[in-house]
Order: sequence, then C-alpha cells, then structure tokens
Amino acid sequence: MAEEAKSQDLPPLVTRKPVKTKEELDLLLADRGVRYYKELEVFPVDTAALKKTLDATCKSRIRTWLEICAHCSLCADTCFFYLANDNDPKQIPSYKIKSTLGELVKRKGDVDTQFMINCMDTAWGKCTCCNRCGMYCPHGIDMGVMFGYLRGLCFSQGFVPHEMKIGSGMHWIYNAQMDVTVEDYVDTCKWMVEENEEYYPGLEIPVDKVGADIMYVVNAREPKHYPQDLAEAAILFHLAGESWTVPSKGWEGTSLAMFAGDWACCKQQVENVYAAMERLKVKRYVGTECGHQHRATITEGPYWAGRKSGDPPVPGLHYVEWVLEALETGKLKLDPAKKIKEPVTLQDPCNYIRNHGLTDVTRKIMSYIAEDFREMSPNREHNFCCGGGGGMNGIGRYRKERNIGLKVKRDQILATGAKFVVSACHNCWDAIRDLEEVYKIGIKWSFLKPILLDMVIVPDHLKPKEEE
Amino acid sequence: MYEFISGPLALISFAIFFVGIITRIVWYVKGLDWRLDRVAYTEKLGAGITGAARSLFHWLLPFNRTTANHPVFMAVTYLFHICLVIASIFLVAHVVLIEESWSISWITIPDYIADYMTLAVIAAGIFFLIRRLTDPNVKILTTASDYIVLAIALAPFITGYIAYHQWMDYKFWLIVHILCGEIMLIAIPFTKLSHFFLFFCSRIQLGMDYGIKRGGAKGRGIAW
Repeated sequence: MAEEAKSQDLPPLVTRKPVKTKEELDLLLADRGVRYYKELEVFPVDTAALKKTLDATCKSRIRTWLEICAHCSLCADTCFFYLANDNDPKQIPSYKIKSTLGELVKRKGDVDTQFMINCMDTAWGKCTCCNRCGMYCPHGIDMGVMFGYLRGLCFSQGFVPHEMKIGSGMHWIYNAQMDVTVEDYVDTCKWMVEENEEYYPGLEIPVDKVGADIMYVVNAREPKHYPQDLAEAAILFHLAGESWTVPSKGWEGTSLAMFAGDWACCKQQVENVYAAMERLKVKRYVGTECGHQHRATITEGPYWAGRKSGDPPVPGLHYVEWVLEALETGKLKLDPAKKIKEPVTLQDPCNYIRNHGLTDVTRKIMSYIAEDFREMSPNREHNFCCGGGGGMNGIGRYRKERNIGLKVKRDQILATGAKFVVSACHNCWDAIRDLEEVYKIGIKWSFLKPILLDMVIVPDHLKPKEEE
Repeated sequence: MYEFISGPLALISFAIFFVGIITRIVWYVKGLDWRLDRVAYTEKLGAGITGAARSLFHWLLPFNRTTANHPVFMAVTYLFHICLVIASIFLVAHVVLIEESWSISWITIPDYIADYMTLAVIAAGIFFLIRRLTDPNVKILTTASDYIVLAIALAPFITGYIAYHQWMDYKFWLIVHILCGEIMLIAIPFTKLSHFFLFFCSRIQLGMDYGIKRGGAKGRGIAW
C-alpha cells in the first residue's frame, strides 16, 4: 500500500511527448521498464489526435497498399519471423500490418489501449522493418515502410518500447544514441591518437578541419564501448593518405529516433550532421560500419531535413564504399599472403544492401580479403535480416522473440560451412554475436576494419623509425 | 428489360467505371508526397521513371523471385489475369455490341479461343477459392469481401459461358451475364478489384522509390 502511494507521487514515465531533459531520461533509465510497462497498460489513447495525424499523414500510397492487398499470402515465406516461428500464420507480414495499421485506419483512430499495445508489440516485436516482404509482393506493397509509419503513430501516442523512448531521448539531449557529449568524443579521439601514434608516426584524428576531403562520422557505440574502432578508422585513413576530419558537433550519424518513430528527433539529429558537412566544407561524407546510420543520414535523412533533392549536402558513402575505392585505387594495399584462409561468409545488411543497392561493393571487398568466400543463401538484396535490426537488438521486452528470429540467420550461416562471418554493420554484428551466445554454433564474427588492419601493407615512409 | 440493361445501364456502368478509375488515379497521384513518402518524385524523375519501368517489366512478366518461389500459384495467377482481360475485351460479341452502339471497334479473337480462356478463368477462380478455404496462410487473411470480390470477377464468365452455349434459357442468361458484367465494371473502382489499375500505381510508386532512393543510382538494378 505504502509503496503504491509512493509510486503515485513519482512523475509519470509514460507520456506522449519525447524525453527532452536529463531528469526525465534518468528516471526512465532507472526504471528498467517495470513501472513503465505497468503505466502503459492503463495509458489512455488520444483518439482525436490519432485521427488528426492519420488524416494529415496517411495518404494515398499507404491507403492504396492496405486496400489492394489481395490477401494472397505470398509474403508469408519472405519474412524471417514467419520461418523462424514454424510458419505461424500470425507472423505473415500482411496479417501483421492488416491487424494493426489496417484496423487503425479502418477505425479512423478510434482504438483502445490494448489495441495500441498490440500495435507496439507487432511493430517492434514482430518486424524489423527490413523491407524484404516488399520485394516479393506482386502488388508492390512494402509492409516494412508501413510498419515504420505505424511506429511513428505509436510513438506519437506514447506506445513505444522503453528502450526506444530512451533512445530518442538520448538523441534529443546528446544528439547521439548514447550519453556521449561532444567533449567526451573529442577526448576519445585524442586518447586514441595517443594510444597509437607510437606505432603509426604522424597519426592524427583531425577534429573540425575545414576543407578536408572526407568527413568521417561514427556510431556512438564506438567512442563509448569500442574506441579501438575509431583508432582503426584513423589508422586506415592515415595509411591511405586521405585528407579527412571528424566533426565535433555532428559527430554521430546513427538514429535510434528512426527506430523509435520520433520523426521530429530524426530531423534534429540529421540536421546536426548536415550542419557539420556545411560548416567544414568537406567534399564527401563517410559513415562507419553501421547499417542504420547510413539509412538515417544518407537515405532517409535528406527528407527529414526537408531537402527536396533527396540528397545530403555532400555525397554520402558507407564505409564499405570507401574501402572498395581505397582498394581499387591502390590507396590501401593488402598483403595477399595474409588473405583469410579459412571459409568466410558475409552478412548483407538490409539498410545499405536492400535499401541502398550496395550489393556488389562488399563482394568485391571480399575478393581482396578472403581466399574461400562463401555466399549465404539467399544473398544480396534477398538476404534475410540478421534478426536484430530495426531496434530489435536493444529491446528487452522482445528478447525471446528476437532469439527465435535468430534461427534463420543461424541456419543460413551453418549452411555455408564457414565459421567466420564478416559484418560491416553494428546491428548485424550484435545479432550474430548474440546468436553465437544463444545457439553456440562455434563462429567468429568481425567488422571489416580489424581485418583490413591485419592485412594492410604499411608504406615505408609511415613505418615507425627503428630505435638506433 | 434487355434493351434497358444493354443500353442505358451499360452506358452508366461504363461511365462509372471510367470516371471512377480516373478519379482514383488522380486521387492517388495527388496523395503522393515527396516528404511523407520520402521519395524525390519530381526532382529525380529520370531515375524514377527508370525504376518504375523496371518494376513494371519484372512484375508484368514473370521475371521475379516470387514467380520462381511459387511457380504454380503464379502461373495460375498470370493465366487468370491474361485470360480475363483478353477474353472480355476481344470477344467478337462484345466488340460487335460496342460497334453497334458507339461505332468504334477493334480486333477480335476467335470464339473457340475465348471459350477456352473463359474455362481457364473459371478453373483458376476455383483454384483461388479452394486455396482460400484450405490454406491456413490464406485463411487467416481472408475476409468476406475476398469471396464477394472473387464472385464478382467470376460471375460474368460463368454466366457468359452458360449463355454462349445456350444450355438453358438463352435470353435469361444473357441478361444475367450482362448484369454481372456491369456489376463488375461498377465494382472495379470501389473494391479490391481496383487493383486492376491501382496495381500500376503501386508498382510505379515502389519502382520510383527504389529507383530514386533505395539504391537506384548505385545498385545494379534490383528487381523489386
């Protein structure tokens, strides 16, 4: 009794507004989801606002998709959740969208709390927005796009998984998906130079260098948890002789706000990066080995920022594009003797393969680094989601569902016979790490940077001077 | 009765059919929004047209993975649609009627071919019906309107077949056939049968999306 009274005095965790202050964020972080989901169970739906949003944003494209779906079920076996759940008809993409967004539109937003919780559990717990189903629908219905839209509706009503609310809050407060400030980031850059300059004389991580050719933008996980990744990127740029820089403000390119469906936050986040491009007058942008960062900053970002051309201010490259260019132009030279001898396979991330067409880039890179490269089946734009995309990896509420979904990727990897998976995407990398943890199939996994660093030939003039 | 059904009612049905289609296409195009859809439709029209053409090519013809993965269902589907469209537009009797009323005409197909095509449409329709009733994946998606729409699409073919072969009262079945055809024409703009033209809208839109934004400029031509 006393405890209940106490919790009633606390400010509510569930609101329809994004988290924009550190106090609110700390409160959410401390809760770990328990009180949050309890509050969500009784949180009312603002049906009038929902109807208004639907009227303003649900236009002919989505309404037509919902209307002309022939209920043919051809999308069933395109979804890894359907396959991983023993062909459960409730996992058919068409069923999932029809029973959530379809009903919501039909009822013009007049739905209750339980309905919205089901929408949330479907939009985040049964779909990673990998867009694979859309490629197989004869009518050209992209259910991934509709689930992205549904996430936005859910977010606007406060029905969003705990970690996603935190994620967008981080972006509002830090302009990064984690609590890493500009100062923290710049310090990490300095620290990484100090750690490595002994081995790579002249190594630098130029911060805010105006007029550089390349502006390199990272994922906040790197400075926060894997600073070595930042060092590796710096070393490779250094060895390739690139003119490059990292921005202080605008250093982070990912967007958990995109996973959360917080479109206003997406806009703020990406405008920060674009402002850095313009401020530093760089020629090109290169993003780190992250799939959704590329999607958020290069593919979708221009639209959030209101750029009619659909392009960012300067051309945007995914890291793999830069690597291939450096290999093909000879800026980076690899020692062929150090090619990976054992069988190795490659994960195709949805966000820059299916959704940005870089299908052949990674394969060409593999030809430089692997002697026995084995394709997964299916591959390229037909590849299955790793199982952890769209924010899935980070949401505790759907951990069980995520782990079931991983079975498809596990079986794809096992079928190649390779025990080594190359993954140039943070979410895929995580999902593959977790699938090893859950299913113990004896695989290793890696980003490209450590592999390249292992094989790269250091030009003589960049080698450390031998002690006399 | 026959005069009314084949005269003014036919005219009204065709009017609703054409006005309905045009209205809905205009509504569709006007509802596209480069910001909401996140596709630079007009700024990158060239890439969009290429993507749209590729999308239509791969899906009007059986050059897509869905056909490879579901060859039987897709073969039946292609057969159903091709026969449905060709048999109804190029049937001698239909073309003659239209020529008598509006003095326009076009090429026709021999009656025996139309006869086979009609049987193919009916057989495919029965296949769809059985699939709807038995396949758990289709069952969970099926609503009453799916059956109604299938009935609307099949009725003109079943009644037309009966009338043509004059098994029973010819005049009666002819009237029923014309009525069913008119119901179908009127239903097309207002039901799921609107995929008759919205299919093209949807495919062109998704083709433009991929062509403009999702790798059209960089990829090697994904067949979405």
